[in-house]
Amino acid sequence: MASEGRAETLALREQFDTEEQQKDASTLGMWIFLITEIMFFGGLFLVYIVYRSANAGVFAVASSSLKVYVGAANTVVLLCSSLTMVLAVRGAQLGERKTIVLFLILTLILGGVFLGVKAYEWNEKFQEHHVPGAAFHFEGLPPELQGRAQLFFSLYFAMTGLHAMHMVIGVGILSVLIWQARKGTYSAAYMTPVDVSGLYWHFVDIIWIFLFPLLYLIDRHLGK
Amino acid sequence: MITAALQEREHYLNASYGIKSWLLTKDHKRIGLLYLATITLFFFLGGAFATLIRIELLTPQGDLVSSETYNKLFTMHGVAMVFFFLIPAIPATLGNFFLPLMIGARDLAFPRINLLSWYLLVIGGLLSLYAMLAGGVDTGWTFYTPYSTSYSNTWVIATALGIFVAGFSSILTGLNFIVTVHRMRAPGMTWFRLPLFVWSTYATSVIQVLGTPVLAVTIILLFCERVFHLGIFDPTRGGDPVLFQHLFWFYSHPAVYIMVLPAMGVISELVSVYSRKPVFGYHFVAFASVAIAVLGFLVWGHHLFVSTQSLYAGLVFSFLSYFVAIPSAIKVFNWTATLYKGSISYDTPMLYAFGFIGLFTIGGLTGLFVAALGFDVHVTDTYFVVAHFHYIMVGGTIMAYLGGLHYWWPKMTGRMYPEGWAKLSALVIFLGFNLTFFPQFVLGYLGMPRRYHVYPPEFQVLHVLSTAGASVLAVGYVIPMIYFIWSLRYGKVAGANPWGATGLEWKTASPPPAHNFDETPIVTHEAYDYRAVMGEVEVG
Repeated sequence: MASEGRAETLALREQFDTEEQQKDASTLGMWIFLITEIMFFGGLFLVYIVYRSANAGVFAVASSSLKVYVGAANTVVLLCSSLTMVLAVRGAQLGERKTIVLFLILTLILGGVFLGVKAYEWNEKFQEHHVPGAAFHFEGLPPELQGRAQLFFSLYFAMTGLHAMHMVIGVGILSVLIWQARKGTYSAAYMTPVDVSGLYWHFVDIIWIFLFPLLYLIDRHLGK
Repeated sequence: MITAALQEREHYLNASYGIKSWLLTKDHKRIGLLYLATITLFFFLGGAFATLIRIELLTPQGDLVSSETYNKLFTMHGVAMVFFFLIPAIPATLGNFFLPLMIGARDLAFPRINLLSWYLLVIGGLLSLYAMLAGGVDTGWTFYTPYSTSYSNTWVIATALGIFVAGFSSILTGLNFIVTVHRMRAPGMTWFRLPLFVWSTYATSVIQVLGTPVLAVTIILLFCERVFHLGIFDPTRGGDPVLFQHLFWFYSHPAVYIMVLPAMGVISELVSVYSRKPVFGYHFVAFASVAIAVLGFLVWGHHLFVSTQSLYAGLVFSFLSYFVAIPSAIKVFNWTATLYKGSISYDTPMLYAFGFIGLFTIGGLTGLFVAALGFDVHVTDTYFVVAHFHYIMVGGTIMAYLGGLHYWWPKMTGRMYPEGWAKLSALVIFLGFNLTFFPQFVLGYLGMPRRYHVYPPEFQVLHVLSTAGASVLAVGYVIPMIYFIWSLRYGKVAGANPWGATGLEWKTASPPPAHNFDETPIVTHEAYDYRAVMGEVEVG
C-alpha cells in the first residue's frame, strides 16, 4: 500500500510512508534547526550582555552614536517582510501560484532594502572611524576608554554582521523559491519548502527584534 | 543454505557498485561505514601523536622533541581524538547504521543531510589535517585566550575552522536523529519500547543540537579576534579571557556526555543480550540518559575553579557537578542488577561491557574527586585529571565502541569476527589501558603537571610504566583492525540473529537489504523481551 502511494506522488521521498509524515518531519527539522540558531546567537547575546553590564557607561556613549531612526526604519522594513512572507505561505496553502510569486518577490525586495540600509549604516561607521582596528577613534572619550568603545563596535559588527549573513542566506533561499514557484512546483498539496523557509525568515526577523533594542535603545539618554 | 543465500540475496553492500555509489549514497548504512573509515583514520592519527608523547616521556629530560613540538603533539592528539574520533565515534557510525534499523525505519528522516554531515566532517578533518601537516598548532585542544588569539604562532585558524565545520556535522547528525526518533518509528514502537541505545543516542543528539552552536559562535569570535583583533577576549581593551573559557566549556563539558552517553547506550544493549535478561529498571536507565544530558549543561564551571571564577560560583558548580553522579550511578547499579541471576555468556562484546563498567566506575568516582573544590585545587592541571578523563573517554567510550562494533559486526558485514583473537585483544586492551593510565593518577597526585615534556627524575618509574602500558594498548588496538578486515573475506557467515538478541535490527537479514526491512515491522512487545525470541527460535 505504501509503495503504491509512493509511486503516485513524486514529492514523497522513499523513507517516508505518508506525505503527512514527511511534512511533519521537515517542519520539526526546521524548528530544531532554529533552536540551534537560538543557541548560536544566544552565545553572542551573552557576550554582549556581560560586557554591556561591565562597561555600562562607555557602551551607552558608544551606542548613542548609532542612528536610532535608521535602525527603527529597518525594523519596520523587516516586520513588513515577515508579513509578506506569511502572505506567500498563505498563497501556497491556497495553491495560488501568482500570489506565492508576488509575495515572495515583495519579501525579497524588502530583505534587499534592509541589507541596503545596513550597508549604508556600516559605511557611515567606516567614515566615522568607528570600525575596530588601527584607525579606530571615538570622539569625546579619553584614550584609556577607547578600547572599551571599540569593544562595543566589535560586538556591534559581529552581531549585525552575523544577522546580515543570515539575511543573505534568506535572500538566496527566497530566490530559489521564487524560481521554483514560477515553475509551479508548489501547490496546496505540496508546499513544505515555502512553509519551513517562512519559519526561517521569521526567525531572522526575530533576531533583529532583539538586536535593535540591545544595540540602539538601551541607556540612550545617558549617552547624550 | 545460508551461504548460498548470502551470495544471491541483494543487500545494501551489493545493491550498487563503484566509488560513486558510495560517495553519493543516501543509505544510512553506507554512510555509517564511511564514518567508520574516517574516524578510524583519525583514531590512528591521534594514536600516533600519543605514541610520540609517551616515548618522549620515557626519560625526565626533553630529549626526543623540543618543548614547542611537544606542545603541538598533545594539542593535535587532543584535537584529532576529541573532535574527529570520540564525538562522531558511536553516534555517527553505530548510531547512523543502527538507529533506523532499531526503530524499524527505512532510513533517517533526512538522508541527504546525513550525507552532507559526513562531507562536513571530512572537510573539517582535512582543514585540521592541513594545519597539522603545515606546521601544527600548540594551544592545547582548549584554545584558551589570549594565548590562542594573540601569542601563538601556529596554525590556530585552520584548526579552529576545521573544528567549526566538523561542528556542523555534529549538529546536523543530532538534528537528523531527533527528527527520526520522533517521526519514523515503526507501528507499535512506542517511546518505552525503544531500545536503550536509542534513548541514549536521542539524549546525545539533544546535547549536540543545543551545545555545538555555542562552540561555533565561540570559534567565530576567536577567529575574528585573531584576524581582526576585535579585542573581545583581550583584557587590555576591556575584554575578558575567562569569558572564552565559560563559552568553551559550556559546549565542551556537555561534549563529554556526547562521548559517553552513546557508550552507555551500547552497554545497556550488551549487558542485556549476554545475560539474557531485560535491562533492570528500563525507565530509570532511559531517564538517566535524559538527566545526564540536562545536568551536563549546568556544570561547566567546574573547569574554572582556579580561573578567577567567584568562590560562590565555584561552590554552586561543585555542588551541581555531584548531581551528575546520580544518573551515572543509576546506570551502573542497574547494569549490575541486570547481571544478577542472568544466564551470562562471556562473548567478546560482553568482555568489553565488563571492562566499561569497571573503568567507567573508576573514572566516574575520580570525577567526584575533581568536582570537590578543595581537592581539585590540589590536582588541577595535573596527570590526575589526565588519568580521570582518559578513564572516561578511553576506558569508557572506546571500550563501549569496540564492544558495540564486535556485537554489531555480523549485522554490518554478514560475517563473524574470530572469537579467540577478539577475546585476546579485549584482554590486552584492558591490561594495557590500566597500565597506561593508572600510574597517571599517582603521578598527578604526587604533583606531575600535565602538558610538560620534562619532569623530575623521581617520576620516571611511573612514566615508564605508563609508556609500557601504552605500547601494550597500541598492540591491542591493532589486532582488531587486522581481524576485522580479515573477517570480511574469511569470517564465518553470520545468520540474521547470531546472538539471539531482541532488537528489530536482528529481525532483518545480515547484512540488511538496502531498505532495511522487506516489510515494515510491527512491534508488539517491550524491548529485551527474550521470551519472544525464544519462541521464534523454536518455531524456526
